[in-house]
Amino acid sequence: MTELSAHLPQFQHGQLTENFPDNHLSNTNDNSERRRHDNSERRRNDNPESETNGQPQNNIQQVVEQDEEEDEELTLKYGAKHVIMLFVPVTLCMVVVVATIKSVSFYTRKDGQLIYTPFTEETETVGQRALNSILNAAIMISVIIVMTILLVVLYKYRCYKVIHGWLIISSLLLLFFFSFIYLGEVFKTYNVAMDYITVALMIWNFGVVGMICIHWKGPLRLQQAYLIMISALMALVFIKYLPEWTAWLILAVISVYDLVAVLCPKGPLRMLVETAQERNETLFPALIYSSTMIWLVNMAEEDPEAQRKTSKNSTYDKQAPTNQTQNEDAEADDGGFSQEWQQQRDNRIGPIESTPESRAAVQALPSNSQTSEDPEERGVKLGLGDFIFYSVLVGKASATASGDWNTTLACFVAILIGLCLTLLLLAIFKKALPALPISITFGLVFYFATDNLVQPFMDQLAFHQFYI
Amino acid sequence: AFFWLVSLLLASLIWFVSVRLSDREDAKLQYGLLLFGAAVSVLLQEAFRFAYFKLLKKADEGLATISEDGRSPISLRQMAYVSGLSFGIISGIFSVINILADSIGPGIVGIHGDSPYYFITSAFLTMALVLLHTFWGVIFFDACEKRRYWCLGLVVASHLLTSGLTFLNPWYEASLVPIFIITLCTGLWAFVTAGGSFHNVLKCLSCK
Repeated sequence: MTELSAHLPQFQHGQLTENFPDNHLSNTNDNSERRRHDNSERRRNDNPESETNGQPQNNIQQVVEQDEEEDEELTLKYGAKHVIMLFVPVTLCMVVVVATIKSVSFYTRKDGQLIYTPFTEETETVGQRALNSILNAAIMISVIIVMTILLVVLYKYRCYKVIHGWLIISSLLLLFFFSFIYLGEVFKTYNVAMDYITVALMIWNFGVVGMICIHWKGPLRLQQAYLIMISALMALVFIKYLPEWTAWLILAVISVYDLVAVLCPKGPLRMLVETAQERNETLFPALIYSSTMIWLVNMAEEDPEAQRKTSKNSTYDKQAPTNQTQNEDAEADDGGFSQEWQQQRDNRIGPIESTPESRAAVQALPSNSQTSEDPEERGVKLGLGDFIFYSVLVGKASATASGDWNTTLACFVAILIGLCLTLLLLAIFKKALPALPISITFGLVFYFATDNLVQPFMDQLAFHQFYI
Repeated sequence: AFFWLVSLLLASLIWFVSVRLSDREDAKLQYGLLLFGAAVSVLLQEAFRFAYFKLLKKADEGLATISEDGRSPISLRQMAYVSGLSFGIISGIFSVINILADSIGPGIVGIHGDSPYYFITSAFLTMALVLLHTFWGVIFFDACEKRRYWCLGLVVASHLLTSGLTFLNPWYEASLVPIFIITLCTGLWAFVTAGGSFHNVLKCLSCK
């Protein structure tokens, strides 16, 4: 699920908060599933409709309306930039997965299956195999649905602690346990001698820095790198433990589910999105990949004058900066921007207040009052589950295709084009969209077509050294 | 790249179906079918290039209307270059990557009586093909823009000719040399079409 996030500030109960879109993925339990929950809201000119106090809004509204037209243009112009910003991490994730699959044989060895897919595919007849894989896929999907509903229920009843605990445990598992196994297998492949103490030190450092970067503050690039790494690890686990037909079926079914869950009015993800919108807060900050990290919260003072605006730089996670020095830590995409902000803030307003409301709205993007800097700060967010399933598709293609690199490349191009189309639709519709269906459909079509049709053709041509 | 892949897919589909429907044992027939498949593929590639041109034209108009000064940020020439390049890259990659992967592995080239120069000639041919696709892209788009249909026909014909020349393949003198000549000529033609001239080249070389 992706969304383009950019929005205008709104006043709420005398405090200016930002609404933001986010996509994210939540980890449901230790061994694998990531559910994606989208929350995308593009409130650009929502001031009239929103439940805000009318008084301080008028000035903002004028600014807002003027910005709206520029917005359209800027969206499309910078849309291309964001597409590229998403291409790079998706490509990196896929490259890591394919490189690992090609070199480390552990991930292509059949070492059993997960408990979620109890039926084996080593059966006597084709019909039996098909039946088993359908049952496996059905079980997996029902696990996913149950987990999603559980998450929605937990969120609705405000059991935030449970959700955070769950997320922390699963990222702990990924960062420590799975990367330990991965490192071990890589060492085995290249026959590198290594002692336990060094490994323990490396894994400890890797894991702790990862936890900090993902759940708290950290440099943007490092956080993005960690998110890519854990997506790749997760995808590798899936590739290893899901038998063939099951994997393809699961990919197909999950993209249908994604479509249904995000777009249908009664879908669990849509309900999650709406609940989050009502409460004006972000969902699960640790499970979305975002391309920029200027998180700014505009907070008005208690003084209802429209001119006064405070701005605060805050970082990715729920940290409320309480003093000026902390603001300097914030990551800015555009280096000069934070200086400017701070000066403006110093010039314009008095004490900065940090309140629970501002903390709740911490994952906001900059307000459009700074229109000149706006375009660079709008980021796009993509849920980690999307990364994972794209990589699973490409990884499976490289692991099991007879056409080898041709198939892998074809799937790769197909997925990227699907992502492009999804982002285009996002720019047109401006609400949360599932990122999986289009890309996975293209990917699957190209995989099966290339493997069965193109491969023999290219093979014959290459054999005779003919070029087309 | 996507468009090229789709054209390849369709061509393979046609070839595959034709192979299935035909007699497997007859080598001559299979060879003929392969030729047929290759020719169909070339024609489909050019058709998809045209389709891509149409799509880009539409997008260009859209971009021009929303941009501030009424012109689109990317010129048609840049688009032609990029599209040609991407066609070339994907076609080159598809032709050569399995060969590259095999070249890492153990083996002796040409042990069964084929040419021992297989790898190096493949490399050269792929390079020529990538360059050719880029040039064809530039010429094609320009020809479509200015409605010079004879240019279009010439591009398609040269593509068919190049592909046909590769069918002479183990006889490398006959295939490699003409293909390189064609590449050079097409390159010059594309350069002239894109507005270059001897004067420009001199200016560029002597430019500070």
